[in-house]
Amino acid sequence: MAAAMPAPAQSRLLLSGNEAVARAVWESGVKVAAGYPGTPATEMLEALSIYPRDDIYTEWSVNEKVSLEVCIGASMAGSRAFCAMKHVGMNVAADALMTLTLTGVNGGLVIAIADDVGMSSSQNEQDSRTWGRFAHVPILEPADSQEAYAMVSHAFDLSEEYLVPVILRMTARICHVKGIVRVGERTAHRNLGFTKDAERWVMVPGHAKRRLPLMYQREQELKRLSDRSPLNMLEPGADTRVGFVTSGPAYMHVRETFPDAPVLKLGMSYPWPLEKARQLAGMVDHLVVVEETEPLLEIELNAVGIVAHGKDALPRIGELAPEVLKPAVDRLLAKESAPPAAQSAQAPVFPRPPTLCASCPHMGAYYVLSQLRNLTISGDIGCYTLGAGHPWNSLDSTICMGASMGVALGLDKGRSESDRNKRIVAVIGDSTFMHMGMQGLLDMTYNRGNITVLLLDNGAVGMTGGQNSPANGRDIHNQAAPRISFPKLVEALGVKPERIHMVDPYELPTLFKLLREETKIDDVSVIITNRPCVLIKDFKPLQPYFVDEAKCTGCGNCVEVGCPAIHVTRRDKVVKASGKEVELAFTRIDSAACTGCGLCVQPCAPEAILPYAQPNVIAIQPVSTDQP
Amino acid sequence: MTSATTNILVCGIGGQGVMTATEILAEAAIAEGHDVKKTEVAGMSQRGGVVTSHLRFGPRVLSPQIAPGTAHLLLGFEAAEALRWMGYLCSGGLALVNEARLVPPVVELGLFAYPEDPLGSMRKAGIDTVSFDAASIAAGLGDLRLGNTVMLGAIADHLPFSAEVLLSCIVGRFAAKGEKLVEMNRKAFAAGRSAAAQSGSSTHAAA
Repeated sequence: MAAAMPAPAQSRLLLSGNEAVARAVWESGVKVAAGYPGTPATEMLEALSIYPRDDIYTEWSVNEKVSLEVCIGASMAGSRAFCAMKHVGMNVAADALMTLTLTGVNGGLVIAIADDVGMSSSQNEQDSRTWGRFAHVPILEPADSQEAYAMVSHAFDLSEEYLVPVILRMTARICHVKGIVRVGERTAHRNLGFTKDAERWVMVPGHAKRRLPLMYQREQELKRLSDRSPLNMLEPGADTRVGFVTSGPAYMHVRETFPDAPVLKLGMSYPWPLEKARQLAGMVDHLVVVEETEPLLEIELNAVGIVAHGKDALPRIGELAPEVLKPAVDRLLAKESAPPAAQSAQAPVFPRPPTLCASCPHMGAYYVLSQLRNLTISGDIGCYTLGAGHPWNSLDSTICMGASMGVALGLDKGRSESDRNKRIVAVIGDSTFMHMGMQGLLDMTYNRGNITVLLLDNGAVGMTGGQNSPANGRDIHNQAAPRISFPKLVEALGVKPERIHMVDPYELPTLFKLLREETKIDDVSVIITNRPCVLIKDFKPLQPYFVDEAKCTGCGNCVEVGCPAIHVTRRDKVVKASGKEVELAFTRIDSAACTGCGLCVQPCAPEAILPYAQPNVIAIQPVSTDQP
Repeated sequence: MTSATTNILVCGIGGQGVMTATEILAEAAIAEGHDVKKTEVAGMSQRGGVVTSHLRFGPRVLSPQIAPGTAHLLLGFEAAEALRWMGYLCSGGLALVNEARLVPPVVELGLFAYPEDPLGSMRKAGIDTVSFDAASIAAGLGDLRLGNTVMLGAIADHLPFSAEVLLSCIVGRFAAKGEKLVEMNRKAFAAGRSAAAQSGSSTHAAA
């Protein structure tokens, strides 16, 4: 991505929440921004990377913990720093956060955490507001793009005034919603430099003990600030039957659904404003907390004696959209309500789960895994988690980033007598391996595991859109960067050189043979695949294939590859000589979608799948016969 | 405030250009001075999964989400997807649907069935449905990628502002890429408009 001139101040732009945050980070004079890609947070760093590099340094870090540590260092150095991650990223970064809250900051430090409420692309739905309570740091929650933009500069001011890291809690419904944002000028931040101060920055117990009371004192001050903060607004309303306490995108849903109700809108949702909450409670018959997803405010309000409804009336899971709020509040008021809305307004149509792309190199790996028996396969987080789906059904576990390694070792060490002959395979992608898998592999070699690791190196962070990483040797700006050598890396982590193999995942027989052999050996083996993700520029499409109808026997082997470019044209049934009934599926290949990986060609018994240009080649042949 | 808000649901599958089409519609609404919010679920959806994009515009838009039964227009990039999301239309709403059938691997594997006649099912359910073959129209114009502009042409005469506003937003997108591309998109837009108009009249004639 080439740096572009940022839009001039006062422009009205259609920006996603992520883009709005990026603009505001740049305007706030931030010097260092770091993050690891993760839905729905990815575009914050991506958008920041196109601002002038003289203004701001951006990086894709190898994981969220490192990204936060980079930001801590930048803050110590006196710069403003910004870190962005998805909700589960903070689990990885929490070790840094929990001590950062003791040291506090020098230059302002804002951490944007994007929760996947509704779980469109995550393994859980954890609520990042919890970190405010756990780490005793303030939480700001925007309700749309304009607010996300405005809150960033507020967050940096707050961070520097109270010397505290500030969490900007986003959700998918902020990150990926586009709205109109009026942008402003960039203000350079004055860096006062780093001052050596071991008692402040070296958190040995003796020093940390002296920081603890300061942390609690800071939290009390922030609590008082919360009642004065313009981010927390008590909006009166004529319909005082129900008043709402809410934050984030849920505020917009509440306002949409109950335009006349009094609302306490929390822009700073932790610490929350006690007096304003009491005021609201005094105005209304019922108080309802509308919060996504944990009942944090609800429990805390009730604990101080403010009676509030919450998860007794509203769903614990997912987004609190208008169609959810209306019937829930009607029920609370014991009103004659329309029958409970159906779970979904969707018509009963076949499911359309995400699939691997045509020519995806992972398809080769999963096709082979699906053909092998007697395997237990621990999977990981990435596009290749789709290997758990049809037709491969090849994964037995997915827990968190890098878990394929440790889980595989545990499956090996904890196996029952009846599983004695099972072979354990771990499947992990390049970026996930560098994120959290390397330590697991070291643990595996050190503790003498019997595991075959399939390291699917497609040179990209695929699921989030093909971001760069040390695997492809390009930085966030697409500039050349040091490229990691996986064979050397895994050897350094203790894998024997003869147990390390590089393989082309489009060559099914080679992959099949290697996997069968390595799984039989009682040692740690690593098989590294080496084809690029089809979504990145390293991928070069090849000539598409077509199915020769005359030759197709309807065996359906090609369908089992799982390629979305293969379609069934006709089904039939035949009774074999043995009396066994066999279902046939005759196929065609969508030549507009096929990029010629040839995976389907290999299991095709009658050799009915041919290069698309073949008919032309045949047509040209008579011409060549003219030659002597 | 809700009554003054226009709700458009655009649906299709990952990779079809649903999000880009909605973005262009959003730009047109902004050009007309509306407040606008646009939302979709992204992430895994780009891998051939279901994509819906919600567009709301009016004097002031609060929630970005269209509640079921409140969409004025449904722009369907794929027949079964339009059927899937038809419950989002309000009574009297209009569906504009590409007749293309994009069959996913789970159907090819024989695990699920693709509906026999999704558009017929929509009409049977009482949905005012305008349908056309955007892919063939685009292919006829020489580039399948024009399908997106054909779809925008189809919705152009059903918006609370003139078709020219939408066309100028499309032209603006391609202006930097040369006159030829602009011209092709103008043709695709016009073809989409006339395809929807023809289909629309035949639907009403049948009714």
